[in-house]
Amino acid sequence: MDEGKRTRRYVIAFIALAALFAGLVLINLRVGSVDETAGELYGQILWKIRLPRILAAGMLGGALSLAGFLLQTFFANPIAGPFVLGISSGAKLVVSLTMIFLLEWGVSISSWGMIAAAFGGAMISMGFILLASRRLQAMPLLVICGVMIGYICSAVTDFVVTFADDSNIVNLHNWSLGSFSGMSWGNIRVMAVVVAAAFLFCMLLSKPMGAYQLGEMYARSMGVDIMRFRVALILLSSILAATVTAFAGPISFVGIAVPHLMKRMLKTAKPILLIPACFAGGGAFCLSCDLIARTVFAPTELSISSVTAVFGAPVVLRMMVRRQEG
Amino acid sequence: MADSYLFTEHMAVGYGRAILIDDISIRVARGEIVTLIGPNGAGKSTILKSMIRQLALMGGRVVLDKDDMAALDGRAVAKKMSVLMTDRTQPELMTCFDVVAAGRYPYTGRFGVLSGEDRRRVRESLALVHALELEAADFSRISDGQRQRVLLARAICQEPEVIVLDEPTSFLDIRHKLELLSILKEMVRERRVAVIMSLHELDLAQRISDTVVCVCENHIDRVGEPEDIFTDDYIRRLYGVKRGGYHADFGCPELETAAGEPQTFVIGGGGSGISCYRRLQRKGVPFFAGVLHTNDIDYAVAKYLAVQIIDTPPFEPIGEETYERARACMHLCKTVYCTLEDFGSMNEANRRLMEEAREMEILREPCAAGRI
Repeated sequence: MDEGKRTRRYVIAFIALAALFAGLVLINLRVGSVDETAGELYGQILWKIRLPRILAAGMLGGALSLAGFLLQTFFANPIAGPFVLGISSGAKLVVSLTMIFLLEWGVSISSWGMIAAAFGGAMISMGFILLASRRLQAMPLLVICGVMIGYICSAVTDFVVTFADDSNIVNLHNWSLGSFSGMSWGNIRVMAVVVAAAFLFCMLLSKPMGAYQLGEMYARSMGVDIMRFRVALILLSSILAATVTAFAGPISFVGIAVPHLMKRMLKTAKPILLIPACFAGGGAFCLSCDLIARTVFAPTELSISSVTAVFGAPVVLRMMVRRQEG
Repeated sequence: MADSYLFTEHMAVGYGRAILIDDISIRVARGEIVTLIGPNGAGKSTILKSMIRQLALMGGRVVLDKDDMAALDGRAVAKKMSVLMTDRTQPELMTCFDVVAAGRYPYTGRFGVLSGEDRRRVRESLALVHALELEAADFSRISDGQRQRVLLARAICQEPEVIVLDEPTSFLDIRHKLELLSILKEMVRERRVAVIMSLHELDLAQRISDTVVCVCENHIDRVGEPEDIFTDDYIRRLYGVKRGGYHADFGCPELETAAGEPQTFVIGGGGSGISCYRRLQRKGVPFFAGVLHTNDIDYAVAKYLAVQIIDTPPFEPIGEETYERARACMHLCKTVYCTLEDFGSMNEANRRLMEEAREMEILREPCAAGRI
């Protein structure tokens, strides 16, 4: 493949992604139980419900898939992701505990507070995974370890949710299953700031990330400060995963499936291309999953995580089988 | 030696807190190849990893181009030194071009975008290792030999003044071993690059190195030119060889000699005996070799394979006393092989031995040697 061909592939892929993204935004705006005939109410619904929800799905989907890509780079393995490593569940647990605790005292929690709590939880899970990774060299074992951490966190979350008695618990329950609904413009502003900042930092890390893909030794020999780089990767992936969990609850498989699809599409793993591609692809993936979640059995909504699992898990399975075959 | 480009002063290396080797002084000048040899686990890789800052020094310092490496930042080091280590790297979806282009890291900007000049350098490096046709190939799908060449191209592409290599030829077949080392030699000769590497292949180390550093458990045992290092006895001692030996002149290992009282005599000379010796050794048959001039090629081989050699000084006809010695040995034997077809005045005695063996009816065809 010569240089020109490669560049053409990248340009076409990015145009296609942008078109897909824009198309999904439009469809998501149009589709729903209320249409133009509702007059002013329609405008209200578009502005107050659908648009924030679309922005949330786009940004958080992108953030999640980017978090997956960072973790895959960090562990040098394509089956790493915030969900399978238990990072999302850790965030979920701490957010639930914080919410229940504060609700008891009658204090409502701000968006920033939610992110902070989720980040704390993500870092706790991350800490366990990093400890485990010093002993377990094999990635499959590490993933099993992550799944276990995930189960423990989910069990504890379910436990506290069941026994917390408050009218707001209904919200908490919905949230703990995963959903893009109920976003306020205030939420959107906060997540936009956090996600945009994290995205920019990722772009700035794209060069050392590329070197790191050749292995730690080569990256160091080319002048990458490995310690700083690894800390940056851990913090960024935790912040991204925590932000998603804080606002939309745990969402499965996006973090593995989307980066994989993007690599297949671009036929490269270069971070400078993959970071924006994963972001746009993750956004598009979650927009379409959310569309399905809220329309297929309308007015009943599916949890976003079940939809992403239905579409994401087969991609991951296929990837693992193909890798095994070499 | 003020002209050393890379050198260590009282360097101590090891893992964790345990010092493995202390007080190491290794010097590499530009246009020179320094090779580390020594038994497995002696610490060759540890020394190299410490010199390239992959391992923290436990003492002393490493000086690169007059600067203490501890004070240099990563980029400055990367512009002067590149490496090819044994870490297996399996990057996803990277073409060989991408892998080599990684070597441009210290020269590209914030986002690592390659300039036209960078691309030219990448192609040039690929061409230098004869791997230009692999440019677009997936790095994870090429052979070991190709992979090693591409990784060398990556190291070259970094425009280093010194290249550090850890066992670059392991797992390569003979053709690729030679190719890789030839490319290194070219780099050294034409670009005055300094090379320091570890090698397992003593024969290659002997031929390519300007200086050889012998690493033995817990110390640097010797540093010198290959001619001083590669002697049979020293190599045996360095590696603690207990069975078999090392043939320094030929640069090849020899298996143990068959032990026991020889009942076989081989009359050889001028290279004709070698295949017969080998056949006998393979079958575990102890034998006498004779009568050989000490400058005969057969003598050099028989030294390792025969239980006893009946030898005679070079350039002189075989003396009567030597002939008698050989006869005495031959009379202990049940089988005699003569690999010589022509005899001259120098080895007239061998012809007499052969004729006597024929009369005794113990002379056999040499090609049947070992078939008992």
